[in-house]
Amino acid sequence: VVLLAHEDREKLLEAKVTIEYERTDPVYDPEQSSKVLKHIVISKGDLAKGFARADLILEGEYRTGHQEHVYIEPNGFIAEPMEDGGMTVHGSLQCPFYVHKALKALLDLPDEKVRVIQTEPGGGFGGKEEYPSMIASHAALLARKSGRPVKIVYDRAEDMWATTKRHPSIVRHRTGVKQDGTLVAMDIAVILDGGAYVTLSPVVLSRGCIHAAGPYRCANTRIDGRAMFTNTNPNGAFRGFGAPQTEFAMEAHMDRIAEALGMDPVRLRTKNALKPGDTTATGQTLGSDCSALMVLKEAVKRSGWNRKRRAFKGSSRGIGLALFYHGSGFTGAGEVRLASKCSLATSEHGVRILVASTEIGQGTRTMHAQIVADTMGLPYESVEVAIPDTQGVPDSGPTVASRTCMVVGRILERCATEMKERLGGMSPAEHFRQHGATLITKQYEPPPGIQWDDQSYEGDAYATYSWACDVAEVEVDPVTYDVKTQKMTVVHEFGRPIHPVLARGQIEGGTAQGVGFASIEQVVMKDGAMANAQLTNYTIPTTLDTPRMDTIMLENPYPYGPFGAKGVGEIPMDGPAPAIVNAMRHIGLDIRQVPATPDIVMRAAVNWPLAANGQLPTASPQS
Amino acid sequence: MKFTLNGDTLDITAHPMKRLLDVLREECGLTGTKEGCGEGECGACTVLIDGAPVCACLVPFAQARDAEVLTIEGLGGEHPLQQAFVREGGAQCGICTPGMILAALVLGERPSIEKLRAGLAGNLCRCTGYEAIYRSVAAAYENRGTRERGNAGT
Repeated sequence: VVLLAHEDREKLLEAKVTIEYERTDPVYDPEQSSKVLKHIVISKGDLAKGFARADLILEGEYRTGHQEHVYIEPNGFIAEPMEDGGMTVHGSLQCPFYVHKALKALLDLPDEKVRVIQTEPGGGFGGKEEYPSMIASHAALLARKSGRPVKIVYDRAEDMWATTKRHPSIVRHRTGVKQDGTLVAMDIAVILDGGAYVTLSPVVLSRGCIHAAGPYRCANTRIDGRAMFTNTNPNGAFRGFGAPQTEFAMEAHMDRIAEALGMDPVRLRTKNALKPGDTTATGQTLGSDCSALMVLKEAVKRSGWNRKRRAFKGSSRGIGLALFYHGSGFTGAGEVRLASKCSLATSEHGVRILVASTEIGQGTRTMHAQIVADTMGLPYESVEVAIPDTQGVPDSGPTVASRTCMVVGRILERCATEMKERLGGMSPAEHFRQHGATLITKQYEPPPGIQWDDQSYEGDAYATYSWACDVAEVEVDPVTYDVKTQKMTVVHEFGRPIHPVLARGQIEGGTAQGVGFASIEQVVMKDGAMANAQLTNYTIPTTLDTPRMDTIMLENPYPYGPFGAKGVGEIPMDGPAPAIVNAMRHIGLDIRQVPATPDIVMRAAVNWPLAANGQLPTASPQS
Repeated sequence: MKFTLNGDTLDITAHPMKRLLDVLREECGLTGTKEGCGEGECGACTVLIDGAPVCACLVPFAQARDAEVLTIEGLGGEHPLQQAFVREGGAQCGICTPGMILAALVLGERPSIEKLRAGLAGNLCRCTGYEAIYRSVAAAYENRGTRERGNAGT
C-alpha cells in the first residue's frame, strides 16, 4: 500500500500513515470458498467397476497445515537505478530470470536494461522462488523514485507475515481393496488452500495431484484436485511442491487399509508397489528406473522393522514407514516449454560454466563443476562457475523442481562433451591462448519417447522419478502427549549421487524439514494472517527435536541424467510426516493430520487404553 | 568504548544500547555474524564474550565494555572446525555456520554426541538436519582436521 525509504532506517519508525480499509466478509476456509483457482482431473480405468470388485472399501480424510520455510536468512534486495534509465538488482533469490521478467513488466524496460544478480542466499527451499520478484519490485520502485540505491531486508516477522507458505491441504480417499491387499479402485479428492493470489498454486496442485495415488499400481483411479482462493496469505512453492501433502494422505491411508485388513503395512505395500512395466495414475509406463520395491526392501532390512514392530507392541514406542516417490524436473511438457539453455566457454584459466541456476546451499556450483570437469577429464580447479547474472548467463531455468542436477547438469554434460571434441586434445587454457574464447551453448532435449497431454492429464508426467522409503521410530510421552521422533532410517534411490556428501546433506536436511512439518511446525492464522510470526513460537526442529538418521543412497543409474543422476532436492520432504504418523498408529493413536502437535495427539488418545493412569509400559530396552 | 575484538583492542563510538550485532556488522565491518531472527532464538548471531557464547542480537554494546569478543573472523578461516565444516558438508547455505562453529568451539575437543546435541540446541540450521554438523565436529578433531578427504561419503 505504501513504500517508505529513508537513509536512516530508525527514522522510518516516525512515519505515520493512515490506511482506511473497507471490511467485507472474508473466507478463510478453502472448503467454504466458491472461487476455484485451478481444477485438475486425472482419470484412469473405471472406478465403478473397480469398487464392484472390492472386498473392502475404506474412506478417510487427511489434513496438513501451513508450513513456513524459515530459511535462516530472510529475504533481501538492493536495487540500483542506472544512468541510462535501467535497473540493476542484487538479491537473495533462486530464479534470476523470474525477477528479470517481473521487473521488465513493472518498469516497462527492455531485456537489456534490467539486470538481476544473485547474491548467494542463506537458504531457499522454494521460499525464494517467487517472492523475490515482489521485494525486488518494491526496492526498484523506491530506487526509481528516489534515484538512489535502495536496500530492503526483511526482519523475521516481516518475512513470515509477507512471504508465501506451504499450501494447507485436505485430501479425501475412498479406496477399494481385495482381501489379499490388491488395490482395485482409488477415488481421491484434493483441496489446496491457495490463499489470496494465484502465485504458483496451479503447478503446486498439478504436482500434488500427480503424486496423490502414491507409488502404487491401481487400474481404476480418479484424482480430482482443486486449489481454492481464500482471504489468507498467498501460499506458494515449498520443497516438495504439493507432493508432501498428497503423499502424506496416501501413506497414512495405506496404513489404515493395512490395519483394516489385519495385514502388515510392508506386505500391503509390497503387494501394490509400482514395478517396471506398471503404469501410474496418468498412464505413464515405468521402466527400469522404478525402484519402489528396492527401497522398501532395504529400509525394512536396515531398520530392523520386523523385530521392532513386534518388540514395541503395547509400549509407548512405535515404528512406522512411508514409501514414496517424486518426479524429477518440471511437470508434463514443462521442460520442453522452458527450453533451458546452458553455455560453456574457454578462458585463460580453463573453462567457465554459464548458467542461471543458483547456489542456494544445495551445492549447485560444486556439482555442476564436477560434471564438466569429469566429462572433459579436467582437474576440478580449472572449472569456474559464473555468478548468476542475467546480463552474463543464458536462462537455464529456475532453480526448483529437483531439476538443477538432472536437467541442467545433463545440458552441461552435453556442452562439455562437445567442448572436449572441439579442443582436440588441447587444454582449454592453451586453446584459449591460441584461438581466443570458444563458446558452446546447448538447449534442453527431452529423453526419447516422452509424451504428455496437458488437457487430459495423461502420459509421462515426469521424465523419471526418484524413490524412497522412510522408517520412523517415535516415542509418545503419555503425560504431555509430546511425540519425539528418535530415529529415522532413510533409504533413497535417485539414480546416482554426483557428490555423495552434498547429496546426503539434501536427504538429511529435507528429512529434518519433514519431521518439523509432521510434529512441531504450526502456523497459527488469525484474521487471515500469521499470528505467530516469530521464531519464539513458530519453532523448527533443533538438534534435540531432530532424530538421528541412518541414510542410505541406493544406485540405479538413469541413462538420461548426468552420470546417471536423477533429482534429490525435494523427495526427502515427502516421507517423514506419514512415516511418523504411521509410527503413532503402531502405538494405537489414530492421527490423520499434521502437524501432530500434543493437543491433536491428546484428542486421538481419548480412547487409548494405554493412556489410563497416564502410564505406559516401556519397551524392552534393547533396540 | 574500548573492547577487544578478535585479539585487537578497539575503541568504537556507538550508542551503548546499539545491538552488539549491529556494532560488529556496521561499525566494525565484520559481516560474518548473521541475523536470523533478532530475538535470540536462532543463534545465527552467536559470538563469544569472554569465552561464553551469546546471541549478539540480544546484547547491548555497553555489555561488551572491556570484554574480549570473538567472532567467526577471529578463527581466521583455517581453523580445524572451519575446514571440517567445508569438507563434511556441515555448511550448506552457510548462514547458521559462523554461530554454529563458535557454539561448537566452546564444547572443547571431541565432545560426546549428547554434549554436542545439547550444546548446539540453541543454533538452528534449516539445511542439514544436523547430521553433517555432528560429522564435521567429529572430523575436526580427528588428526586435527588436516586430512585431505572427508569420511562422510557413501
